[in-house]
Amino acid sequence: MLARLGIFALSLALASVVIFVITQALPGDVAAVILGHGATAEQLAAKRAELGTDRPFVVQYLDWVFGMATGDFGRSWFSGLPVATLIGPRAEVTISLVVGGLLLALLIALPLGAVAALKRRQWPGFLTSTAAQVGMAVPAFWAGILLVFVFGVTLGWLPPNGYVPIGRDPVAWARHLVLPVTALGVVQAAVLVRYVRSAFLEVLGEDHYRTARSIGWTRWRALARHGVRNAALSLVTVVGLQLAAVIVGAIVIERVFVLPGLGSLLLDMVSQHDLAVVRGIVMLLVLAVLAINALVDVSYVLIDPRLRARESS
Amino acid sequence: MKRAELWIGLVLVAGVVALALLSFVWTPFNPTGVGSAPRLAPPGWPHVLGTDHMGIDTFSRILVGARSALYVGIIAVGIAALVGVPLGILAAWLPRWGAEGMMRAVDVAYAFPALLLAILLAGVFGASTETAMLAIGIATIPAFIRVTRAGALSVLASDYVLAARASGTPVPVIAVRHVLPNIAHLVGVQASVSFAMAILAEAALSYLGLGTPPTVPSWGRMLGDAQTYLFSHPGQAVWPGLAIAGAVLGFNLVGDGLRDFLDPKLQEVS
Repeated sequence: MLARLGIFALSLALASVVIFVITQALPGDVAAVILGHGATAEQLAAKRAELGTDRPFVVQYLDWVFGMATGDFGRSWFSGLPVATLIGPRAEVTISLVVGGLLLALLIALPLGAVAALKRRQWPGFLTSTAAQVGMAVPAFWAGILLVFVFGVTLGWLPPNGYVPIGRDPVAWARHLVLPVTALGVVQAAVLVRYVRSAFLEVLGEDHYRTARSIGWTRWRALARHGVRNAALSLVTVVGLQLAAVIVGAIVIERVFVLPGLGSLLLDMVSQHDLAVVRGIVMLLVLAVLAINALVDVSYVLIDPRLRARESS
Repeated sequence: MKRAELWIGLVLVAGVVALALLSFVWTPFNPTGVGSAPRLAPPGWPHVLGTDHMGIDTFSRILVGARSALYVGIIAVGIAALVGVPLGILAAWLPRWGAEGMMRAVDVAYAFPALLLAILLAGVFGASTETAMLAIGIATIPAFIRVTRAGALSVLASDYVLAARASGTPVPVIAVRHVLPNIAHLVGVQASVSFAMAILAEAALSYLGLGTPPTVPSWGRMLGDAQTYLFSHPGQAVWPGLAIAGAVLGFNLVGDGLRDFLDPKLQEVS
């Protein structure tokens, strides 16, 4: 357990160095970029002192990292607002979208993957695999645009864009999220179906499954009893690996549906070259991915009794 | 069945390549300049897929868009393979602790998907086709390292490599003469699947305005433009999407088909 924590800390440190180095590579002087061409030498020096960019590289890095550890993500270069204040209200949007998208993807992929595995030599299995292959090729933002056209514009059933915080009106919140979550979840489900299928296929070849079948259990019962737990192991891994894909998917989907989330903020700040905010958001997203994957690592032990025995011995 | 998958994939890929090649010598109309054509015309004659909001022929833009998609894919996958394959062989060769450290770094790299890296680079250096290609390429390196290492480990454990080492053959020679030919099929499959992902990433970046510049036709940006006119002219959102999906499906099918064709023992998901 300690070793895993150490690996997590090391990964985090490595990621923070990479992000910091890239955002420091900005050609030219930050203060000059902010103040524009007309700035005097004194103004530039004052701005540098204010931003802290006149300090050595390593000091700036450590300041950034230890600031984040205490919840201080720095300040926006242009507006001067604390990055944490900018991120705060937007995190709800992105979390709703990512969690909703992942849940929907699993809800679709689990049954379909089971069908694809059990009926793999019959037409339902063939159909499912084909649908998954096609679904994987559809860009989520295109799916989003088509959904907006059908359900938002033509049928008018759901709002085509925008967002309402859950605290203000939960029903409106849900209605605004249906289309974005569907666009993100359905495309992600197509990727997951193949993993679920191969996880179940593996179970079908194992002894305990065959034994359960030989004592007269139906295939579905044997799979429900032995398959799900065994498949859960590889599924948890896949969800961990796919999380990064779902998060970047959410960034694009936020643009499609004009949702005021972290992704929209990130893209706005990229076009303004406000790297203080950009690196704060990117670090937060990478932290989320690494943390979930560390949890995935830990959860193996909970899911697989064999690992539990090894861990305690 | 599996053979059919490979063939459908090859036909789709050949189709995209043909569109791209055709665009070098012929497009029905000027794909970039504003013409005298009516704006947002529906499909018909002479504009078979209609025109966009600038009055530019959609079919001509689809043709040139194929070129943009393949260009980004070739460079990005090229970068990933040229860096990832040698590193993967190295990881297989390194002592345990070295390989362990390297694979941990690869794990961290998986937390930086192509799009996130591209967005970060666009924030620092400005958005361009080059930063997009570079970001997609770098983000794809880990996949090549993993695949190459897995393949190289089994090759390095074989008797003929042992014999070569015993007879004093230098390491780089073994890598080129024995390891590379025996993992070429794995790298080929990975390249095809990565190509599909590169096309998807480029489309998303262009849609966001962070990839191919507005002056060059690209499928992703066409979808972005089409979204503006979705209420009045939804048809414009169909063709670029179909083109992206067709190209991605093609490369994915070729990858899967190749995998099963070359090594039937391999599972569909590795």
